[in-house]
Amino acid sequence: MAEMMYWEAIRRAHDEEMANNPLVIAMGEDIGVAGGTYKATQGLYEKYGPERVMDTPISENGFTGLAIGASYLGVRPIVELMSVNFSWLALDQLFNSAAKVRYMSGGQLSAPVVVRSPGGTAHQLGAQHSARMEKIFMGIAGLRVVTPSSPRQAYGLIKSAVRCGDPVFINEHELMYNMKGEVPDDEYFHPLEGSEVVREGRDVTLFGYNISVHWALQAAETLSRNHGIEAEVVDLYALSPLDRDGIRVSVARTHRAVIVEEAEPAVGVGAEVMAIINEECFFELDAAPVRVSAVTVPIPYNHTLEKAAIPNAGDVVAAVRKMFGK
Amino acid sequence: MDAADKKRLLREMLFARRFEERCYEAYVERKIGGFLHLYPGQEACVHGVMEAARPGHDYVITGYRDHIHAIKCGTDPRKVMAELYAKETGCSKGRGGSMHIFDVEHHFMGGYALVGGPFPLAAGIAKALQMQKSDQIAICFLGDAANNQGTFHEALNMAKLWNLPVLYVCENNLYGIGTRIDRSTAVVDQYKRVSGYNIPSAQEDGQDIEKVFEAARKAVDHVRSGNGPYFLELMTYRYRGHSMSDSNAYRPKAEERMWSARDPIIMLRDRLIEAGEIGKDEYKAMDTAVLDEIEQGIIRFAESSPEPRVEELEKYALAEDDVWVRGGIG
Repeated sequence: MAEMMYWEAIRRAHDEEMANNPLVIAMGEDIGVAGGTYKATQGLYEKYGPERVMDTPISENGFTGLAIGASYLGVRPIVELMSVNFSWLALDQLFNSAAKVRYMSGGQLSAPVVVRSPGGTAHQLGAQHSARMEKIFMGIAGLRVVTPSSPRQAYGLIKSAVRCGDPVFINEHELMYNMKGEVPDDEYFHPLEGSEVVREGRDVTLFGYNISVHWALQAAETLSRNHGIEAEVVDLYALSPLDRDGIRVSVARTHRAVIVEEAEPAVGVGAEVMAIINEECFFELDAAPVRVSAVTVPIPYNHTLEKAAIPNAGDVVAAVRKMFGK
Repeated sequence: MDAADKKRLLREMLFARRFEERCYEAYVERKIGGFLHLYPGQEACVHGVMEAARPGHDYVITGYRDHIHAIKCGTDPRKVMAELYAKETGCSKGRGGSMHIFDVEHHFMGGYALVGGPFPLAAGIAKALQMQKSDQIAICFLGDAANNQGTFHEALNMAKLWNLPVLYVCENNLYGIGTRIDRSTAVVDQYKRVSGYNIPSAQEDGQDIEKVFEAARKAVDHVRSGNGPYFLELMTYRYRGHSMSDSNAYRPKAEERMWSARDPIIMLRDRLIEAGEIGKDEYKAMDTAVLDEIEQGIIRFAESSPEPRVEELEKYALAEDDVWVRGGIG
């Protein structure tokens, strides 16, 4: 098993899928000649040419719609939206066309596009480059939403998404492209549904996704080392559909739940997981579930303010200690 | 286009007119729900253009005024009516409705309700055809008001940039719902707006099917020959309001009279009568046969078809039993 960076894993998935199927194409702003803002498509333009690695104009709704139209006829586009903040502009085509076309055509047509986009707050990018939009995507019928927390997932989720018959939105993270991790040497297809227990524990479940999995893992180490609390960490890499069974099974084991999300709390992942816990396993609970979320503000430029707006491992530790009265 | 073609087109347009008028009645009877946008007045546009293209072979996409576009592509009109009646036998299995007629078998890639939504979709279909080195083209029919969406500019730019085989047909009926074009649009002649993208274009009388056909032939030839996109503006008029919920009170009666004097069906009929190709009685018989087909064949089919089953409410939201959802080792 080789260690590689998140961006390298994404690039490898592109390369393998493009080599496997001549109808797989990559599209996006600066992804070709420039190699991609996050290097995720580096070298592909040279290898596959301009017809299959398309530098697009800055017309997010237009080129996303173009990708959807191409997917009607068997093309498998992997679209990079340079930032989730820009994906707002493409929501019309993603939601109104891609997500609905199978249903409103009575199953005749589908739009198997893959749209990748980094979200999250990074380093002082300001309000219009720091959005966390997963909550918007995960509420849309007909669209799958996944969010990789590791290079292995980043690789395997793209591989499966390209071949899946549904439109898939892949929520990446600005801060994770240089994260290292092990990726199988053999071709690997990650499930588009489900969840992963990334740390076992008996006392409390910490639910995370994407970057917040790492905050949860850090918090779990601190809780174990300093407070005698063994936390289970569950990675909700699939945000739509959410893994109801996985959530129920873990809460039934630990009887306590904390959801860690990088976004503001309203109508978010935390709210949804809490609702599922209520519906699936309310009587298993020994304590009211808690969410650790961002503060509801546009993300400030000032570094101190920015850090204060976003949760971290310390906030998770504090939330768990409070839950246990420790 | 010979005399036999013209007679066939006369019947097709008459059928389209009567079909839509029957939809109106069914809507008033509450057999059809939701929104309903009817085509009377504009028949020469889709019939003239598609006569110059290859229906069922070339790919067509349009907005919500879509019944006749599907039928001209080859969709069984019974399935269109059954869709309007929200039946399982409808072309979209009762899940789509009037604005979402789909018939992939006949390469009718759908009606879409977001104004301007199909512009980039058509470019994408053309991109796929280009990659597959096909001789087929994409044809996108939309109204004039769609040209004020960003998708118009984004798609035209990309279509030209990548030399995509797509024909954009603008059916300019002068109104975006109730707002007259000169009150919403700085440049009233739509064909001029694409010059900024260096796309060849033309404006033609959309009421005279022979003129539409000639203009479309040039346009289709241009696109099919690998010269990239083309934009054809057809000047036309819809007789009814934008949709059934539109009172249609905003248009001067004199304007309506002027356009109905240039009715595409009457114009072709009179021309054929004058040329001795069709007699008045023959035309009447044609009309009677059309009405009979609609009533006995089409309405009866829609009426007697079953509704979709509630047990299948969630079917078609996502792919069924897609193995890639489960992942695994390749």
